[in-house]
Amino acid sequence: MIINSRFFNRSELMGFIALAAVLFVILPLTLDVFRLNLVAKYLTYAFVAIGLVLCWGYGGILSLGQGVFFGLGGYCMAMFLKLEASSVENTKIQSTPGIPDFMDWNQITSLPLFWQPFHSLTFTVLAIILVPGLFALIIGTAMFKRRVGGTYFAIITQAVAAILTILIVGQQGYTGGINGMTDLRTLKGWDIRPDHAKIILYFVEVVLLFACIGIAQFIRLTKLGRILVAMREQEDRVRFSGYSVANFKIFAFCMAAIFAAIGGAMFALNVGFMSPSFVGIVPSIEMVIYTAVGGRMSIFGAIWGAILVNFAKTSLSESFPQLWLFGLGALFIAVVLAFPNGLSGLWADYVQPRIDRLFASRKAKTSWSENSVADGAPAE
Amino acid sequence: MLIGHQPKEFLLAVSGLTVSFDGFKAVNDLSFYVEENEIRVIIGPNGAGKTTVLDLICGKTKATSGSIQFRGKELTKMRENEIVQTGVGRKFQTPSVFEDLTVFENLEISFPRGRTVFGSLTFQRDQLVKDRVEEVAEMIFLKDKLNTYADELSHGQKQWLEIGMLLIQDPDLLMLDEPVAGMSVSERAKTAELLNRIIKNRSVLVIEHDMKFVEDIAHKVTVLHQGQILSEGTMEKVKNDPKVVEVYLGH
Repeated sequence: MIINSRFFNRSELMGFIALAAVLFVILPLTLDVFRLNLVAKYLTYAFVAIGLVLCWGYGGILSLGQGVFFGLGGYCMAMFLKLEASSVENTKIQSTPGIPDFMDWNQITSLPLFWQPFHSLTFTVLAIILVPGLFALIIGTAMFKRRVGGTYFAIITQAVAAILTILIVGQQGYTGGINGMTDLRTLKGWDIRPDHAKIILYFVEVVLLFACIGIAQFIRLTKLGRILVAMREQEDRVRFSGYSVANFKIFAFCMAAIFAAIGGAMFALNVGFMSPSFVGIVPSIEMVIYTAVGGRMSIFGAIWGAILVNFAKTSLSESFPQLWLFGLGALFIAVVLAFPNGLSGLWADYVQPRIDRLFASRKAKTSWSENSVADGAPAE
Repeated sequence: MLIGHQPKEFLLAVSGLTVSFDGFKAVNDLSFYVEENEIRVIIGPNGAGKTTVLDLICGKTKATSGSIQFRGKELTKMRENEIVQTGVGRKFQTPSVFEDLTVFENLEISFPRGRTVFGSLTFQRDQLVKDRVEEVAEMIFLKDKLNTYADELSHGQKQWLEIGMLLIQDPDLLMLDEPVAGMSVSERAKTAELLNRIIKNRSVLVIEHDMKFVEDIAHKVTVLHQGQILSEGTMEKVKNDPKVVEVYLGH
C-alpha cells in the first residue's frame, strides 16, 4: 500500500484496484468461458493501447501502424504453435508430412529456413519481443533521425501496415496467406483449446497486462516520461536542453511496438489463429480509436477504451453488422470534437471531483477526533 | 598559464560563415570573435540575419560554408544536443517552456545529467538536483511557483523560466534572443537585473532591440545588415558610426 501510493497517486491507485477487481475477480466469476475468452481477445488490444498511451499520448508520436507490431508478435507465436500442430503424425496425409498444411497446399516441400528456429519456445518468446522491437528500431531510426514526424510519420506507418499485409497475403506458401495460420492446437503438448485452458490463458494474459501496466507506469514516472511530455510540446527546447530527441522517440516507438507484440502473441494463444486482417490499415486505425476513446493520456483509460469499444463492436456487429463501422467513425469524431481526453478525461472532470469531495468530507469527520492531518498535496 | 603569457584564445570564433536559403544569403561571409567572459550584443534592422546567426551557432540551421569554432571544436559538424553538451545554451525569441510540466520539472529537465535514454530512465531526483533547482528558481523569481504548471505563468515569467532552464545547464556561452521583448516595464527592469547577475563567469551573445538595455550590458556591439557586419566595437563607437545611423539607429 505504501509502495503503491508512491507508484500510483490516489486516483491511479483506485483505477488500478478497480481494473484488477474487474479482470481478476468479477469477470471470471460472472462470465461463461465463451464470453471470458472474448474479453481475453479484447484485452490483447489493451496491450496495444498501453503502448499508444506512451508513444502517442505522452510522446506525441501518432503511429497508425500498430497492427504491424501486433501482427509480428502474433505471427511469431502462431508460427511456433503451427509447427507444433504440424507434427509428422498430424500431417501424414500431406504429400510432405511435418510441414504446416498451407505450405503443402502451395507445393512447398521443405520447411523454409526462417521457420526453423520457431521449433524452440525460448526462441519464439525472444522473437515476439525482438522482431517487432528491432523492426520498430529500424523504422524509428530511419524516420526520427531524419526528423520525419507528425502526419508524415503517421502516413508512413500506414504504408508499412499496407505493405506487410500485402506481403503476408502474397506469400501464401510461407505465411498462410489471407486465411492466416489456423488450427493452432497445443503449446508444448498442452492443449490450448479446451475451456480450462482458455481460463488459464485468460489469467496469464491479465497478469502480463498488469506487468505491462507496471512497466509503462514506471517509464511514465521517470524523467524519461517527463521528457516525452516535454518533447510533445517543445521539441526544440528538449533538443537545446542537450537531449537527442530522435533517440527518445525511437525508445517510445519501440516500447509501443513491444507492448503491441505481446498483445498479438496473446491473441494467437487465446483466439487460436492469426491472420492478416489484424495487421493492416483498418485494425491499426481501430487501435488508435480505442486509445482515443479511453483517453490517450491515461493508461487505465486506454485499457477501458480497448475493452469497451471491442465489447460494443461485438454486440453491435452481431445485431447491426453494416452500422458498426459508421458507429466507430462517429465515435472517433465525437471523441476528437467533444472530449479529446476520452473517457478518462470525462472521469477526471466529472466523477473524480465528486469522489474527492466524498473522501474529503469523510476525512473531515474522522479527523475531528484525531488531530486534523492536512491532506498532503500529491507528494512530489 | 605555466609559461606565462600565451596568445589569447577566443571562446567563439566564427569565420567566413555563409548560409544561403535557395540562393538568398541570409548570412554572408560573416566573421566575428567572442572572448571569454565577454558580453556581445548583436543589433541590426529586421532581416539582418541576427537570429540566423544564433541558429547557425546552436546547430538549428546548417551552414552552407564557413566555420564556427567553440573552444577549438568545430560546431558546424555537430548535432544540436552535442553542441549543448559542449557548453552552448540558447534561449529562443518566443518563450519555449514545457507548459504541461511544473516549474520544478521544467528546470529539472535542463539539469545537465542523465541526458541519454538510459540515463533519464535511471535519473534520481536527489538533493543536489533539488538544491540546484531551488537555487535557480530563486534567481528567476519563481521560488514560490515550483509546483505551478508552466502554462499558468505570465509571459514574463515564462521568459524567466526559460532563462532559468539555461542557467541550470550552466553553459559557457549563453545566447539570448530578445530576452526582454514583450515584457512590461517592471518585468524589463527585473530581467536586466537577472541578466546582469547571470552573465558573470560566462560569455553571452544577445540579440536585442532595446537600446537602453544594450547600453547597460554590452561590452561590445556587432551591427549586422543584410547578413554582413556593418560595424563592430563599443556602443559609443557604433552609435557614432554614420553607416549604422543611416541603416538602423536613424529611424
